[in-house]
Amino acid sequence: MKHLEDRKYIIGAIFVVFALIFIIRLFYIQILSDEYAIFSEDNVVREETVYPPRGLIYDRKNKLLVYNEASYDLMVVPKQVKSIDTNAFCALLDITKDDFIERMNKAKEYSFYKPSIFEKEISAIEFASIQEKLFAYDGFFIQTRTLRKYSDSIAAHVLGYIGEVTPKTLEKDSFYTMGDYIGKSGLELQYEKLLRGKKGKRYVLVDVHNRIKGKYKNGEKDISPQAGKNLQITLDADLQKYAEKLMRKKLGSVVAIEPKTGEILTMVSSPGYNPNLLIGRAIKKNYPKLAKDSLHPLFNRAIMSLYPPGSIFKLVQSAIALQEGVITPNTGFACNKSLVGCHNHPYARNVREAVKMSCNPYYYQVFKRLIQRGENKNIFIDSRIGLAKWHDAVLKFGLGHKLGIDIPGEKSGFIPDVAFYDRWYGEKRWAFSTIYSLSIGQGEIGVVPVQMANLAVIMANRGYYYTPHFIKQIEQLDTIPQKYTFKHSTGVDAQNFEYIIEGMEAVVNEAGGTARRAKIDSITVCGKTGTAQNPHGEDHSVFIAFAPKENPQIAVAVFVENSGFGGTWAAPIASLIIEKYLTGKISNPQKEKRILEADLIPKSEHAQRK
Amino acid sequence: MRNENNIWYNIDWTTIILYLLLMLIGWINIYAAVYDESHQSIFDFTQRYGKQLIWIVSALFLATVILLIDSSFYTTFAYVIYGIVILMLIGVLFTASEVKGAKSWFSIGGFALQPSEFSKFATALALAKYLGNRSSQRMITFKDQVISAAIIALPALFILLQNDTGSTLVYTAFILVLYREGISGNILLLGFLTVIVFIVTLLFGPFSIGVMTVFLAIAFVTLTYHGLKEFFIAESAAGVLLWIASYFNLPQKYLFFTALALVMIYFFVHLFNNKLNYRKEKRWVAFIVMTVLLFITSIDYVFYNVLKDHQRTRISVLLGEEDKIKSQIKDLQMRLDTLPTTDANYTYYKQTLAEQKQSLKDLQKGALWNVKQSLIAIGSGGFSGKGFLKGTQTKFNFVPEQSTDFIFCTVGEEWGFIGTFIVIILYVMLFLRLIFLAERQRSTFSRIYGYSVASILFFHFFINIGMTIGLAPVIGIPLPFISYGGSSLWAFTILLFIFIKLDSERLFVLR
Repeated sequence: MKHLEDRKYIIGAIFVVFALIFIIRLFYIQILSDEYAIFSEDNVVREETVYPPRGLIYDRKNKLLVYNEASYDLMVVPKQVKSIDTNAFCALLDITKDDFIERMNKAKEYSFYKPSIFEKEISAIEFASIQEKLFAYDGFFIQTRTLRKYSDSIAAHVLGYIGEVTPKTLEKDSFYTMGDYIGKSGLELQYEKLLRGKKGKRYVLVDVHNRIKGKYKNGEKDISPQAGKNLQITLDADLQKYAEKLMRKKLGSVVAIEPKTGEILTMVSSPGYNPNLLIGRAIKKNYPKLAKDSLHPLFNRAIMSLYPPGSIFKLVQSAIALQEGVITPNTGFACNKSLVGCHNHPYARNVREAVKMSCNPYYYQVFKRLIQRGENKNIFIDSRIGLAKWHDAVLKFGLGHKLGIDIPGEKSGFIPDVAFYDRWYGEKRWAFSTIYSLSIGQGEIGVVPVQMANLAVIMANRGYYYTPHFIKQIEQLDTIPQKYTFKHSTGVDAQNFEYIIEGMEAVVNEAGGTARRAKIDSITVCGKTGTAQNPHGEDHSVFIAFAPKENPQIAVAVFVENSGFGGTWAAPIASLIIEKYLTGKISNPQKEKRILEADLIPKSEHAQRK
Repeated sequence: MRNENNIWYNIDWTTIILYLLLMLIGWINIYAAVYDESHQSIFDFTQRYGKQLIWIVSALFLATVILLIDSSFYTTFAYVIYGIVILMLIGVLFTASEVKGAKSWFSIGGFALQPSEFSKFATALALAKYLGNRSSQRMITFKDQVISAAIIALPALFILLQNDTGSTLVYTAFILVLYREGISGNILLLGFLTVIVFIVTLLFGPFSIGVMTVFLAIAFVTLTYHGLKEFFIAESAAGVLLWIASYFNLPQKYLFFTALALVMIYFFVHLFNNKLNYRKEKRWVAFIVMTVLLFITSIDYVFYNVLKDHQRTRISVLLGEEDKIKSQIKDLQMRLDTLPTTDANYTYYKQTLAEQKQSLKDLQKGALWNVKQSLIAIGSGGFSGKGFLKGTQTKFNFVPEQSTDFIFCTVGEEWGFIGTFIVIILYVMLFLRLIFLAERQRSTFSRIYGYSVASILFFHFFINIGMTIGLAPVIGIPLPFISYGGSSLWAFTILLFIFIKLDSERLFVLR
């Protein structure tokens, strides 16, 4: 018996030994090892990104142009949907029972466990009534998103749009994560870094089904987001809207700038598009449509289209010639149509009349004097010297290079130089006679509409300009980028501009001027017409102007494709814009009506679109 | 003086206090496990903690009733009770519907009862009765062993038929009782060794174990009976054989049977030829090697053919199946990276890789999930725990079955090492107290019954806590007095209090 009774020690020892093993194991996993604590946090703590509101954009009069609007999607997780009162639910959403079944089937097809959209983009008002009753319907929840909205649906090309970030950008910029929105064009792209703000972080506790259960550590680790900066831009929303209205059914562009500051008041590229088409989910449907349109509505003609400037270039020729001293204000040339074609008009006795009547042979002579100055006996070499000097002078007018405007995609335009012609014709194989069409702004010369408007600014300012720009004020910042407050001088004396401006005044206001249709009774408008030859069809019509003559408030360039002579269409449009901006009303409704009714889109284009 | 009218007379309060403490701990942790903000009242009877309170109160009532009944009732009716329970176990097979794959619940008027829980104390009673009346108190005869085994195996068999493997395994706990009553200690040792060889074989594969056994045996025999020269010759010969076999890529099966055949020839030669320097020990070595070889060959068979899928995965999870698959995936990936896509084996490897990845995913979502989440819950408790009702693993339902089989997770997470330590110490105190009480009995019946109680409770304790900390396979049996559940709490209460009653009357009985 004694022997067997001792076995109690062995049995007791077995109990104790296993308990000890447990205690050692527990000591290890609970105290020595910290991996389980980390796993436990990984399990329940979820990091969520809190998106900052994107900066708003206001116009120069503080009118809200771009804002964010909450949009609500009703989501469904089919697995979680329990038996619900379908009739009441359908009534709540104002859908039929068939709709309900169809949408549920679609959601189930996508996934039983993952949420899919049941009803898209519910308005704030509907949302309020749905939210109240939603608790009764398991498996349904509301997901909030913000949509960028563009009030008045204007200035699409200027404001641009936002869209989902591309994989390429994701690689380059760690700020973004998949599905983030980023500025894709216009000001949205240009000022992306200001508008986007700074993302915040939020830590939440989730249960095994990934449902949010509350804050992690009462939110002490959360980082609140920083809202994007609001911007005020130089655009005048009313003027922009009016200009867009005038340009309807026309191809071309309007650019209006405040001469004293370089602030862009209006920039229209026609045809445009409604910026609200490219928001949220609609972008997927609408973008390809717009991209395929034969009239290229997504293309911003105002900064991307190169045109020969035509006669408006005579202003530049005049200014340079006067400054260089190759002519005096009173130099006159006969209208010798054997040199270059011209219309019938009286003899231009001075610069003023030459501008007023836009005499082609006159500028042939002027340009000849600029190019062949007799500095070398060899006319080829002489022309090289002349062209080089001329090229430098022209560039100072903001032509032939990018102005540096603050929306992306600006083209530099083209002013031919010595190297260009050397390449084209060969060294010493060209002279004035080869390149004379430059004298009247034709030939190998390309200018974008914003540069034309800038030319009007230079005229208005009598010789200087500020880089045209949109940015007026950045929230919490006192300054705008320095390059927009830098005064660019053309190197031509102000006095020399006065002679030309006299001519520009006459263009509009005197009998025999080429743009009588631009006349406004109460305001002295100074302008210059131009006609850009178009080898593909009807010529393009261009008109640049500023007003009033003294202390100019607005400079404008209007370019209408395929509309013939500059005085016919471009000039009256410019005058309406000037009058609207300066007086706020239109004194000649007849003029306005004519423009609004005109359809200047070429017939062939119409046919093609159908 | 004996006071017949006072049921509290002479009962062991230490055991009762331990019992009450464990129940209280259980109740608090069940509250934490099912707690959610919308049901905060601890007396909410729609919730599990409310129901558990009812179970606790009724268990206390039951305990009082047991104490009221004269202890001779249990000794007299031991076989009758055993018989009734066996009938219930059979009955449940025909009437019960499946709950989680097992047919073990009687449903009586919305009231569920699990006969397998009650068969434990009935078996303990029957075993105590049988062995208490055995012819020799000093030893346990072969006949006694067979009949005892039958008493234990009968209910176990019916429970196995109910598809409740966990509860079946509990009956192995009776080995400890039989050990105390006199069966050879070698049986205990053998059982222990079997488990070790089983695990090692599954971990390292039968081949390496077989090779190791043969080389060790050769070393033992040569070094003991021959000399160093013979040792080297024999080992080299075996080595060369092994090398040739692996060079020709012979299947391991052939190697096994060759080795087995050689050992058997050696065995028989020594058995029948006394002239060859015969020694008893040599015969034994040969016998052991043979047994091991046969056993490890059979392990694969048992593992893959006898065990069910989920049982197999639970064991392989415990043995680090995850790391194994992960390293296989890494291997395959490396091989794929170096292989040109035109290689003949490329698609094969690629397919295998996909399969392995899928099985890893299945494993992580399935069997591994419970073990991992349970370990995370307990491990993240740290020294002093996350605090009452603050366990995230528990509160957010990462741990499955957290109020029943995995209740220890809640203890570990919310109360930390302090909590788990206290629970384990309380159990050890209870077990040792039960041994102490059992040993002071004058009657064999009471002693055997006492050891049965301790062994059964210990087995539950070992498997349940072991599985939550990754030391035992996941077998769904409750933690005594702590886990949620009426049947188990009642059954454990009956089991324990019959012994307390027997103990209280120990001085007046001599059987």
